[in-house]
Amino acid sequence: MFRRVQLVLIAGASIGISAASLVLLLLAVLGAALVVVWVGLPLLFGAAYATRGLATTERRLAAIVVGQRIASPYLDHSGGNLFRRLQSLARDPATWRDAVWLLVNGIAGLVLSIVGLLEALLGVIFWWLPPALLVRINAHISRALLSPGTKSELALRVQHLTQSRADTVDTQAAEIRRIERDLHDGAQARLVALGMTLGLAEEIVHGDPAGAQRLLAEARSANSQALSELRDLVRGIHPPVLADRGLDGAVQALVLSSPIPVQVDIDLPRRLPAPVESAAYFGVAECVTNLIKHSGASKGVVRLRHVEERLHVEVIDDGRGGVILDDAGGLRGIQRRLSAFDGTLAVLSPPGGPTVVVMDVPCEPLSTH
Amino acid sequence: MRVVLAEDLALLRDGLIRLLEAHEFDVVEAVDNGPSLLRALVNHRPDVAVVDVRLPPTFTDEGLRAAIEARVQLPGLPVLVLSQYVEQLYARELLADWRGGVGYLLKDRVSNVSQFVEAVRQVAGGGTAMDPEVVATLLSRRGNDSPVGGLTPREREVLGLMAEGRSNSAIAAKLFITEKAVSKHTNSIFARLGLPQSEDDNRRVLAVLAYLQV
Repeated sequence: MFRRVQLVLIAGASIGISAASLVLLLLAVLGAALVVVWVGLPLLFGAAYATRGLATTERRLAAIVVGQRIASPYLDHSGGNLFRRLQSLARDPATWRDAVWLLVNGIAGLVLSIVGLLEALLGVIFWWLPPALLVRINAHISRALLSPGTKSELALRVQHLTQSRADTVDTQAAEIRRIERDLHDGAQARLVALGMTLGLAEEIVHGDPAGAQRLLAEARSANSQALSELRDLVRGIHPPVLADRGLDGAVQALVLSSPIPVQVDIDLPRRLPAPVESAAYFGVAECVTNLIKHSGASKGVVRLRHVEERLHVEVIDDGRGGVILDDAGGLRGIQRRLSAFDGTLAVLSPPGGPTVVVMDVPCEPLSTH
Repeated sequence: MRVVLAEDLALLRDGLIRLLEAHEFDVVEAVDNGPSLLRALVNHRPDVAVVDVRLPPTFTDEGLRAAIEARVQLPGLPVLVLSQYVEQLYARELLADWRGGVGYLLKDRVSNVSQFVEAVRQVAGGGTAMDPEVVATLLSRRGNDSPVGGLTPREREVLGLMAEGRSNSAIAAKLFITEKAVSKHTNSIFARLGLPQSEDDNRRVLAVLAYLQV
């Protein structure tokens, strides 16, 4: 019964959309005819934008009827000045598919939805038809025209890759700057001081052996501080235990030093490609750090799985929740890093907890162990 | 005392040989890769082995694996593992057979020669010599539910130094207390951890293992 009422309502809404399509179609034709005069262009672009809004509504309605989500085909046109935006709007293959839909939906769709509404309302007269057949046909036509075509899919893919590549390059450049700064202010400076101390000791060793000995002890301590800073730096670039034991061992080693008990549940049959292991490791490390420092949790769980050519990571805690992905935060950096592999990071953290961070990266395991 | 040494960097290998021989150790063989290390350990059955974690051919934890494998074949073979970095995971794996005779130190500790030599002797004698960095991380995360939760802060301090491989006299000097006070603390530690009367060295090892929660 609910389904019947729903279909009647959808048929009614479809009539409205079709009527609006017809109006927009006329506007677009008028705009095209008036392109030589200056009013034509704004009319055309106005119609194109309005069509997007209408098509988005139709996508939702048709999705209810066909029982399947219909993806949006539009590219992001937000960058640049007005002229550039209009240019990229005109180049978007989705704009032209929208125009075709406008034509089909404004004429055939209008007829289909009016008769379809009657059919849905008066099942008795149309007893020889399957229920709501015409509403369904209309929805399938819309799906065919409004889901991303091959061209749109490629264009969307290119846009995504351009963005993630730029992010990767930026992240790497920032990382290299950080390493350079750490080396310059840390180990390098200490080695300079070490050299000076040794030189001084050499000078006074005959005149003041006790003083030289003090300087040598100082040099040794500067040496071990430089080494300790280099160790920390190396851990931040690529933790040695990750190279030795892979993601499995590195995550176990990571939680060993956590003051809050974190349970690990790992099922990785084989080693994964090194860049993926590294990105996933730093993702887990960021989550575990947040868990220890900010969550107020009493326990946590790290789960790693490799199923159907995807690495799936979950970090869960029973803390106070309310974690958001802000642009300055470490999780956003991890998200950017994962997007280089088409990976995703999502945070589910209602106020009051619990917090679940899910990372998902497509990757094939290495062939040899 | 006979030593087998494994270190792939020639500079460090020569330095270690010189250092050990200057302190009356006899380096019977010095190798530079994992497979020959295992062979050398089984052939020579040295009094103590000094092993770098990262060795050819894989340049990962080859040395550690060879040392653990050698201790499976020759239980209790004393091994001192050196590394550019310390990992608690590896400390646990080395200690997992509950036999003692194990050391795990940062390479830079070698620069304190007398302490390093003391650590080698400690390990050769069946004791433990854990790097202060391992001990410190463990200290920071231990809750009250661990077996050492019932110890007083002072006793924990003493136990931490025991884990690093210090003798009672070294502990006394470090904490500015008398050696008698140290042995009072150690006896109290043994009692609280429920370690029965036995040879003192063995109890020391067991107490340290309890502390490191292997």
